[in-house]
Amino acid sequence: MTEARSAILDRIRGALGSSRRSADAADQVDQRLRSHKAGIIPNRGRPGNAERVAEFTAEVERVNATVAHVTGPAETAREVARYLASNNLPPDVKLAPDPTVTNIPWAEQTMLNISQGPANDADTASVSRALAAVAETGTVVMMSSPDNPTTLNFLPPTHIILLDAAEILGSYEETWDRIRGEAGETAETGGFMPRSVNWITGPSRTADIEQTLLLGMHGPQRLHIVIVDDEAT
Amino acid sequence: MDATTHRFKRNAKEALGDSTLREALDMLAQGFPEKRLNAMARLSEFEDLRDQARDIKNHVLENLDLYLERYETRVTEQGGHVHWCRDAAEARQAILGICRDADAKTVTKSKSMIGEEIAINDYLEANDVVPIETDLGEYIIQLRNEPPSHIIAPAIHLRQHQVAETFREQHQDLDKDRSLDEARDLLDEARGELRQKFIDADVGLTGANMLIAETGSIVLVTNEGNADLTYALPRVHIVIASLEKIVPTLEDATTILRVLARSATGQDMSVYTSFCTGPRRPGDLDGPDEYHVVLLDNGRTELLGTEFQEMLRCIRCGACLNHCPVYKAVGGHAYGWVYSGPMGAVLIPGLIGLDQAADLPNASTFCGRCESICPMRIPLPRMLRSWRRQIFRRRQASATARVGLGLWSALAKRPQLYHKVTGLIIGTLKLFGRRQGRLRSLPLAGGWTGSRDLPAPEGGSFVERWQRGERL
Repeated sequence: MTEARSAILDRIRGALGSSRRSADAADQVDQRLRSHKAGIIPNRGRPGNAERVAEFTAEVERVNATVAHVTGPAETAREVARYLASNNLPPDVKLAPDPTVTNIPWAEQTMLNISQGPANDADTASVSRALAAVAETGTVVMMSSPDNPTTLNFLPPTHIILLDAAEILGSYEETWDRIRGEAGETAETGGFMPRSVNWITGPSRTADIEQTLLLGMHGPQRLHIVIVDDEAT
Repeated sequence: MDATTHRFKRNAKEALGDSTLREALDMLAQGFPEKRLNAMARLSEFEDLRDQARDIKNHVLENLDLYLERYETRVTEQGGHVHWCRDAAEARQAILGICRDADAKTVTKSKSMIGEEIAINDYLEANDVVPIETDLGEYIIQLRNEPPSHIIAPAIHLRQHQVAETFREQHQDLDKDRSLDEARDLLDEARGELRQKFIDADVGLTGANMLIAETGSIVLVTNEGNADLTYALPRVHIVIASLEKIVPTLEDATTILRVLARSATGQDMSVYTSFCTGPRRPGDLDGPDEYHVVLLDNGRTELLGTEFQEMLRCIRCGACLNHCPVYKAVGGHAYGWVYSGPMGAVLIPGLIGLDQAADLPNASTFCGRCESICPMRIPLPRMLRSWRRQIFRRRQASATARVGLGLWSALAKRPQLYHKVTGLIIGTLKLFGRRQGRLRSLPLAGGWTGSRDLPAPEGGSFVERWQRGERL
């Protein structure tokens, strides 16, 4: 393998003609990685504060997901119970162990059966928390951690995502800055990424059979985004 | 897979006679281009994004060694392993080695063109490891033992009733009287069959749409969510990727993602775009314990520094297939290998050699649609012409074509002679076609007149008429 490694790198250097390259190419590459400059951010990705939630909602609905607005934890629990009941779904929910999710007064919703942890095949619905969302395309950004296991995003047929209204950003680039910001110093060295960052834009789908659009291939068939507005506002 | 590219002409002829395939290809050529146009209409910056995407990859290719080294460093820092492989054989051995170490019985797979390129399924099977394709299209063609016919829609050559027949044949333990009339029935059945397999798999094998040097991440793009179940559930995650997939930063990947899905399926963004970096972290409740990246060359470095370098910008969106009159006529299987359409006609000769693939660059109308829609602005027609020049120089072209081109070139360089000869030909054609105004057959042009008549010339050549003082 080391032999293959050096053979490949040698071949690349030979083909590119290292002489053609300026002596400080390596520095330029490192500089480019450190500065991680954004490219063109489309106008769609730069909505004003007033339009941001509306644009996000419109894009989410275009991709066959649904949105609800709530204020505060008690209303969040009520909305989850309402959503499951109104879609005739089993009242069983697997929660992400994230404190902002587990601290919601679920007990007030007496018909809900609540458990928490990573997903398994028997789970019919999950509730997890988004890091942020992108108005540009109605994309929700999930970040894996002990608090938000990745399998909750994919295994259960119904996925309910809790999203702080203040975390709806314009563009994907802003979400990268958010992730780098949370990592603090490690952002300098690139070691800030969690195991998985998942952009989710609508429920699972396929068009592999005669280009017929069908929802719920392997991931969730239903994606419901509960936007939690700050109680103070 | 074993290439049948050398039989392109025969493959194409068979494809043209297949009416079911015709129906499927007609649907494809209507669907994707229209969806792409709709997506473009919603994003006024699309053309500028294409320029940026092109520039990013050009920069990477000029510094490929540096970016690969930095990518490797990051993967290793996160606890992952990079396996450098020069060719398909090395990559197959690396993957089997990891599977053996993991004591793997089954491997779930999400669609990977590189996996097809190295024929990993056959190899694993021969070594008692069972590969399970999980993308619906790939699952269908795995059951049918067929290669994919399109980069992003591998079963696009099939009609719904053919899928139903395959499921009845292969899923013997299910109720024989069950209904498979609706596409939804087929989806539910495939989902049910694959569910437990995702959970039981020891190893998950995915491709990668991009590799990110800044963070050591891979980017995986799907609509079904199968890639995510493939990497999140098993104990070991293997990534198989070719080395030109690298981009510098998360922001660069983001720019390319803005043009990828729009060009491919006409979606603004695919449903699932996943960035995976290393194995599970301390405290994580799920995710793989091991993370391996099998980094494959397989002929790509041979294209660097040549007139085909720009082909390495390709992000495998499939748009050039969807817009190609030749692909639309013969489908993907005729090309005889993993890739097809304009990108296949350029890449296949580069990867498996011109000896086997000389027919592909010739099967082009040079209409230029592929270049006009390519998100990475790859000059595909120019590269097809480069291959044609090489074919001619290597005396690989047929004797008829060589003599014909030789004669034409001799004529074209001698204007006086050219005018005399063309005048003579025009006169002759006019004479023979005078009764009906068209010619039913023509020596040496049976390929043309076999399916249509040639209109007979009305008068002399343009130059003659111009000299006579005719002004139109």
